[in-house]
Amino acid sequence: MKRRDFLKATLGGTAAVACSGVAEARPNLEPADNAVGMLFDSTLCIGCKACVAKCKEVNEMPPVIDGDATTWDSARDLSGDTLNVIKVYRDGEAEVKDREENGFCFEKRSCMHCVDPGCVSVCPCTAMRRDEKTGIVSHHPDVCIGCRNCMVGCPYNVPQFQYNELFGQIQKCQMCNQAGVGRIDNGQMTGCAEVCPTGATLFGPRDALLAEAKRRTELKPGETYNYPRGDVSKPYSHHEKRVPEYLQHVWGEKEAGGTNVMHLSAVSFDKLGMPPLGERSAASIAEGVQHSLYNFMALPAIALAGLTYVVKRNTDDDDKGGDA
Amino acid sequence: MAENESVFSELEKRLGVSRRTFLKFCSGVAASLGLPSGAAMAMAEAVANPKKRPPVIWLHGQECTGPTEALLRSEQPSLEHLILDLISLDYHQTLDTGAGHQVEDIKKQAMAANKGKYLLVVEGAIPVKDDGIYCKIAGETMLDLTHEAAEHAAAIVAYGSCASWGGVQSASPNPTGAQGAPQVLKGKTVVTIPGCPPNPANFIGTVLYFVTYGSLPPIDEKGRPKWAYGRLIHENCYRRPHFDAGRFANQFGDEGHRKGYCLYKLGCKGPETYNNCPSLEYNNIGGGVWPVGVGHPCFGCSEEGVGFNKALFSLSEVQTHTPPNMFPAIEEREQSSGIGAGAAALAGAAVGVVVGAAAMGAKRLDEKESDQK
Repeated sequence: MKRRDFLKATLGGTAAVACSGVAEARPNLEPADNAVGMLFDSTLCIGCKACVAKCKEVNEMPPVIDGDATTWDSARDLSGDTLNVIKVYRDGEAEVKDREENGFCFEKRSCMHCVDPGCVSVCPCTAMRRDEKTGIVSHHPDVCIGCRNCMVGCPYNVPQFQYNELFGQIQKCQMCNQAGVGRIDNGQMTGCAEVCPTGATLFGPRDALLAEAKRRTELKPGETYNYPRGDVSKPYSHHEKRVPEYLQHVWGEKEAGGTNVMHLSAVSFDKLGMPPLGERSAASIAEGVQHSLYNFMALPAIALAGLTYVVKRNTDDDDKGGDA
Repeated sequence: MAENESVFSELEKRLGVSRRTFLKFCSGVAASLGLPSGAAMAMAEAVANPKKRPPVIWLHGQECTGPTEALLRSEQPSLEHLILDLISLDYHQTLDTGAGHQVEDIKKQAMAANKGKYLLVVEGAIPVKDDGIYCKIAGETMLDLTHEAAEHAAAIVAYGSCASWGGVQSASPNPTGAQGAPQVLKGKTVVTIPGCPPNPANFIGTVLYFVTYGSLPPIDEKGRPKWAYGRLIHENCYRRPHFDAGRFANQFGDEGHRKGYCLYKLGCKGPETYNNCPSLEYNNIGGGVWPVGVGHPCFGCSEEGVGFNKALFSLSEVQTHTPPNMFPAIEEREQSSGIGAGAAALAGAAVGVVVGAAAMGAKRLDEKESDQK
């Protein structure tokens, strides 16, 4: 094969792959049939950190002591020992809650349980899985090879590696449903939703939570609303509270294909550290490109052809030399 | 000092308390006021010296006389003695032995004689609707009486929630237009000691300060002495660790309630009520006797717009969060999860070494093959 022919063939092959790539890009995944999730309403959160304490208890995680000044659990971010943390947004004098300027509010950081999860898509060995029934994104350390691709693949910086352990593992919120805990399978709710005193963290089926979130954004600020606590489909109690000025935005309804854990707030989500995400999930785009490249073994075939050419070119001289 | 001794020995007789108990009380008050230790002695001397006793005119409006009743029951030392000797109580509708025209005349005389020198204490709300006809004493409305007494007062103290911001009768629909003394006496400085009933220690401390220094202690924008009302109940509450750890009583009598968990979920208004109940408890009764101490959520009795205005079991709006460094900021990230510049360089170097070694290996292999040939 002439060098010119090889290059022509390579270009042609690449173009064919690119065309089929566009055609084959898959759409976002749809929420699981019985998807469960949580709704975090930042305007209800009072920063008591009951959810953080309960999370540690349920998942049997050690406290994270922040420096020498404290003697209690004071994790500053998600880590191999912390699956859930309450952070604060603060501006200026931080006088009024749920106000963007000179105000403050609380924000929960834990796994968002994406409908089309990036971590599952990038995992090379199905250690990250999305449950077909509940939509819970779980991690299976028995097959994990520790590549930590999931940490890069997550737009929310959720999966964390236990760097301080000899045999460290990836840790993330599994909605209290991992083997040995199984709260959801046993008909319980997540630990954080169970203890939340204001119902800021609400458990329930994704569609019911989304309906509840929509209902709240449609309320008139200043009205009184009877907020449920616990499980939105069967709340164990309610409490009345004045309705704040909600943003007309339910984070997780559509972001990157949607999430099962949704957020409501009165302060814009970019201030709360949410990443800029479109409606298209990164997983659907990346998988489209990747799967197209390997369509009909195209990429390996091209690579093999290239390598064959290089070898042939190099060995031609040897053959000639041998003849001589 | 010898002079002091005689003053105190006289005081022991007069008040019926030991000198030691009395000085302990003064030190305690000075400490709660945030004053240096020398202030306790100054206070003790001011109290021991009967010449300094300020005349007091005490008015009652719409109320249950709770503040006076609370004051009568204060102890350590027996404040019922102390209050009568600490101040010259010239007019007080509940405690006066006289009645009718006789006592009203005494009031007028006392006010005229001590023009600009007397302390006015207002207890109870002042109805202003229909020219204040809903509360009358000796044929005059409370509204007129308050204005009259306030005109030449050296200082005005509103004692109790009713006098401070209106109390229970000012809650909707407020048919009598009840208001607190600060709203009625606009433009005048009114020190407020809210509470239902207020802690007598807060009143005594403020009066002691006035007697000692001739001026009123530093107050906040609602007229409350900062030494007593500077902090939320939530900030000093001994159930606070339970709040921070997420341990809440869900019902009266449940396991959490029996174990003394936080009462926030039962409607405790501590997170939005400014008072010193957790540190002083109530009226020196001891034994943790104050609402939260005995297992009942704070009612917010001293806070305008909370007590009598919010439903008993509704959740309070947490006002401040201390200590502020307990919450990580949004932008804080776990360091280990990002790749630092150093780590990237190191990784790059490692990759370089591997690639280089492979290249060299390949070259050697090539040379070896040539040699064999």
